[in-house]
Amino acid sequence: MTSHALKRLTPEMVAEIEALAPRYPDRRALVLPSLHLVNKALRHVPLDAVVDVANVLGLPPAEVQDTLTFYQFFHQQKPHGTVRAFVCRSISCALRGGDELLEKLCSQYGIEPYGTTDDGSLTIEPAECLGACDFAPCVLANDDLLKNLDPAAAAAALEAVKIRADQQNAQRPQPTTHSPMEDA
Amino acid sequence: MPPFEPVLLEAIGTPESHTIASYRARGGYAPFEKLLAEKQPVDVIELVKSAGLRGRGGAGFPTGLKWSFLPKDHPGPVYLCVNADESEPGTFNNRILMEDDPHQVIEGTMISSYATRATTAYIYLRYEYPHAWDRLQAAIDEAYAAGLLGKNIKGSNFSLDIYLHRGAAAYICGEETGLIESIEGKRAWPRIKPPFPAIEGVFRKPTVVNNIETMACVAQIARRGVDWFRSIGVPADPANPRDPGSYGPKLYCLSGHVEKPGCYEAPLGITLRELINEYGGGVWKGRKAKAAIPGGISMGLMTEAEFDTPLDFKGPGTVGCMGLGTAAVVVIDETVSIVDFLHNSCRFFAHESCGQCTPCREGTNWNLRILERIRAGKGRLKDLEILLENGTTMGMMPGSTICGLADGAAWPIKNVIHKFRDEFEDYIKRTNPEGWMVTDPVPALQIVGAH
Repeated sequence: MTSHALKRLTPEMVAEIEALAPRYPDRRALVLPSLHLVNKALRHVPLDAVVDVANVLGLPPAEVQDTLTFYQFFHQQKPHGTVRAFVCRSISCALRGGDELLEKLCSQYGIEPYGTTDDGSLTIEPAECLGACDFAPCVLANDDLLKNLDPAAAAAALEAVKIRADQQNAQRPQPTTHSPMEDA
Repeated sequence: MPPFEPVLLEAIGTPESHTIASYRARGGYAPFEKLLAEKQPVDVIELVKSAGLRGRGGAGFPTGLKWSFLPKDHPGPVYLCVNADESEPGTFNNRILMEDDPHQVIEGTMISSYATRATTAYIYLRYEYPHAWDRLQAAIDEAYAAGLLGKNIKGSNFSLDIYLHRGAAAYICGEETGLIESIEGKRAWPRIKPPFPAIEGVFRKPTVVNNIETMACVAQIARRGVDWFRSIGVPADPANPRDPGSYGPKLYCLSGHVEKPGCYEAPLGITLRELINEYGGGVWKGRKAKAAIPGGISMGLMTEAEFDTPLDFKGPGTVGCMGLGTAAVVVIDETVSIVDFLHNSCRFFAHESCGQCTPCREGTNWNLRILERIRAGKGRLKDLEILLENGTTMGMMPGSTICGLADGAAWPIKNVIHKFRDEFEDYIKRTNPEGWMVTDPVPALQIVGAH
């Protein structure tokens, strides 16, 4: 632990990180699990959280940032949508209309690839092979694999994931007062 | 129906196949308990060596031999990293094993850990497999509860912990030293070898990295024996003492333009045509096939005329492909433009180059820009020469990069231009009638991003 005041990590998140610590002989190995934890809670990993993670792990913030920037997976500037949809464009999906699916979804929601809708409910990102080529073309939306998508039906499938995501968020415990979850 | 009875996939589609009860009922975990009670780790290495098991992750390196590279009498710890970063386009067999029969994978991991004296095994799972994550974690929890993991398992001196470690959507993490760096919390830049992971791997300790399907094969070898494993597949060529043969069952992933995409288990050595027709229901929509990838996009293409080539570790290499790779077969029908195919391949590698070695970082991106330009009707015949020059100078084979990603990026370029040169030339001349013969440098259409 650290004497620095944490800006984005809650005590619960720190406890979750510490619970993983015995798995690795080196605390640096906790970088990726920590970034995932932050990303799950905040839907992005802002610089303040990077500094927090570095403090918790006893690392220079630059090392954590170095790792983060390698994985384009973690957004830093602003949160991704409540639903993050990865649209596969690798070969098996491309052969069955993956690129067209991406185009169609982006135009339906009025966003560019990697963009987020104005209401913050959906981010659409192109993805390389999702490993579900038997269900091409496919989309990974949060934890749901949407299979054999017909472009005409794809938006409806995404809407169903959005409803589930909203229900889950409603059930999630609200952040406690000492955890500044809102943007500064 | 094909006469071959699946083994690795025997439980797929049966109720509750992911539970320990189902796995036990099929004879699972008894082989591990027997080996633990009766055999020394060195005996288990011998068992896997004599079975002739070759790694299923893509390179086909003999698994037992890999294990035997670990230093003898090392004070430890030794680590086993199970590579579940399955990201090669077209490949999904690991996902099916982890989701629907995770205990088979876990038992293989236990046996492999015992053989290598590893006391911690990390399963490096790609981010894109949330369902596999849940199933594997549940299986690990069940194994702990059953006393199959933890300290002094079943009263022996052997202790083992298995942990899941989640990736973050980067293809390079499937390269074994990239995977190791990623576990350590760093950017997944592959390491210069030697030292090989067996000498200095994760946390600078001796480490073995094996694929998920390899783990499942280890579990089945322990259950069914060496003779069973060697009765399947293609035997070693007696005239070639360096040929380790292609033994055992293999999970072939079939996708693209076939009627029934799916993961099918067949003996190593099935031909591409048999796979497509007997398992895949033929090419879709009654069309003809133009070509197929034999084992992930890095391997290049086999033309329709080459479909009678056996898909063992040797076969694809005899028709100009890099190898069997991940045995992910992607069929493309006669309507697909070969330019579009190569563009897709180049886009993938440009996106996934990790950026460490300049020839790969720059080469993959330039290849993509050239393909984009050709597709946009601005191609020149000269571009094919440039692509081939890039293709022959980037990679481990020409000695310009640290890992094989660039070789995987380059191989389809060389292979496809060689096999479909007429189509490329026709396309370029047809779409750029004014400029196809120009040889002066031209600006790129746009800048593309990379890692």
